[in-house]
Amino acid sequence: MREIVKMGKFIMPNLQKEKIESYLGEGKRLDGRKAEEFREISVETGVSKNSSSAVRVKYGKTEVLAGVHLALATPYPDSPDSGTFMTSAELHPMASQQFDIGRPGINSIELARVIDRGIRESGFIDMKALCIKKGEKVYQVFVDIFAINDDGNLMDVAGLAALIALGRARMPIYNEEEDKIDGYDEKKGIPLNKEVLSFSMTFHKIGDAIVADVSKEEEAVSKFRLTIAMGDNEGKPRITAMQKGLAGTISDKDMETILKLAESKWSDMFPKIREDVFG
Amino acid sequence: MAAPTTQSVPLKGKKGIYTKREDGRKFTDVRPMTAKVGIVPSADGSASFSTGKTKAIAVVRGPRTLHPQHMQNARTGILRVSYGMMPFSVEDRIRPGPNRRAEEIGKVTEWALSSVVDLSGFPNTVVDVFVQIPQADAGTRVAGINAAALALAHAGIPMKEMVSAIGVGKIDKTLVVDLDKFEDSEFHDAEGSTDIPIVLTSRKKEIALLQLDGKISVEEFKAVIELGKVACDDILKVQMDALKNAGDCKNG
Repeated sequence: MREIVKMGKFIMPNLQKEKIESYLGEGKRLDGRKAEEFREISVETGVSKNSSSAVRVKYGKTEVLAGVHLALATPYPDSPDSGTFMTSAELHPMASQQFDIGRPGINSIELARVIDRGIRESGFIDMKALCIKKGEKVYQVFVDIFAINDDGNLMDVAGLAALIALGRARMPIYNEEEDKIDGYDEKKGIPLNKEVLSFSMTFHKIGDAIVADVSKEEEAVSKFRLTIAMGDNEGKPRITAMQKGLAGTISDKDMETILKLAESKWSDMFPKIREDVFG
Repeated sequence: MAAPTTQSVPLKGKKGIYTKREDGRKFTDVRPMTAKVGIVPSADGSASFSTGKTKAIAVVRGPRTLHPQHMQNARTGILRVSYGMMPFSVEDRIRPGPNRRAEEIGKVTEWALSSVVDLSGFPNTVVDVFVQIPQADAGTRVAGINAAALALAHAGIPMKEMVSAIGVGKIDKTLVVDLDKFEDSEFHDAEGSTDIPIVLTSRKKEIALLQLDGKISVEEFKAVIELGKVACDDILKVQMDALKNAGDCKNG
């Protein structure tokens, strides 16, 4: 379908909107999926040999690359024995008519901040183990996300890409004499708290239906979205992050539906995702 | 000054190490709140809202013609929100101007307020909402939204419902309402702190904003929403009182 974009917003013809909503009213989607069904997830590692790690993740036709680099840095004064961490996201014009070259827009800022918070607050990276000399020298971890093709749900795809990139990231080789990094160790991974791994699932309200892993067309007619990240607590899912987007409001009934779906999807998907992240 | 009311919602959280709040509040208590409209005479609408040491001001300008023209929507006016912390609002000076945090908070605030305003009577216009924080002690985005909702009402912008906002959280295992800075970002022991800003609409009690970071079970999360509903009822009273006290003169 030809994309119509006005002021950075994807415009959906009314006819197509009604079709999507009436299909969902019968529990169907244009691409044949059920409302709560995710697209097939594919993962490729080793996208760039020059980085600590770089991966490609696809949910159907939505495709994102994510890479990790480590650099030498000075620690923040309030945590002199901790490494530092930064996430950036580039929603590049190659990925969609909707995106422009230049300064990051609100979409990429929100995406990067939600992913950054999820990783940072969960303590997934063992920051203390990234200290070289207290108060003077630590490793800084960069996660850089690059959208290649946007067919909806960039939040979940980019989030998983970031996790897998970190899960596969290798430690730098520190050259103390010259105070620089000489490439990356072939085998040794960066220090991670593997038990706190959590991944995100984003649900949208379209018409009267709650829909998971939306396509770009579905995303354009969404009333609200709710991203829920869940991790493992002795075999049961535990909420680790949430972010609501768009101007619609969530009723108690919708919230009940979403929480139930999130718990059951988490149980289906978590074992495979853990395998993808840690290899 | 409205006295914080204490309504009891049974806390489902288990007993943890956080058993007492430093300022003597019960876990379900909101900090003392104040609200006032008409604080900026030249604006179309304005308000201040404070909870404890956290202070927010909001100014509404519009509806006014949106420029550049190609951004106009011929079907409806649009809401545009900016949020910022003043350089002197926290202990370490904040560099003036926009940053990634402020831009995100501006956007989620815009979504929350857009859910209740109706600008269909003002095609091709924009309503600008400016939220600023002069003094921060956690919960600045929710205080800002409480002020902004008041300023919109004060400006006479058509609204389907009012919105009220509150931060609810979990400190170790204890569910807590209206976190201060210590509870929000300085408590790291045991299970640490989970902060959950919530915005609820006044009539349907639907969620207009929700963010969360931390660790919380699905059951505890449901209890958090119930606590949020009780707190938002109290906040709504403070907001409505402020609007009543505005009197006939729009700019108070």
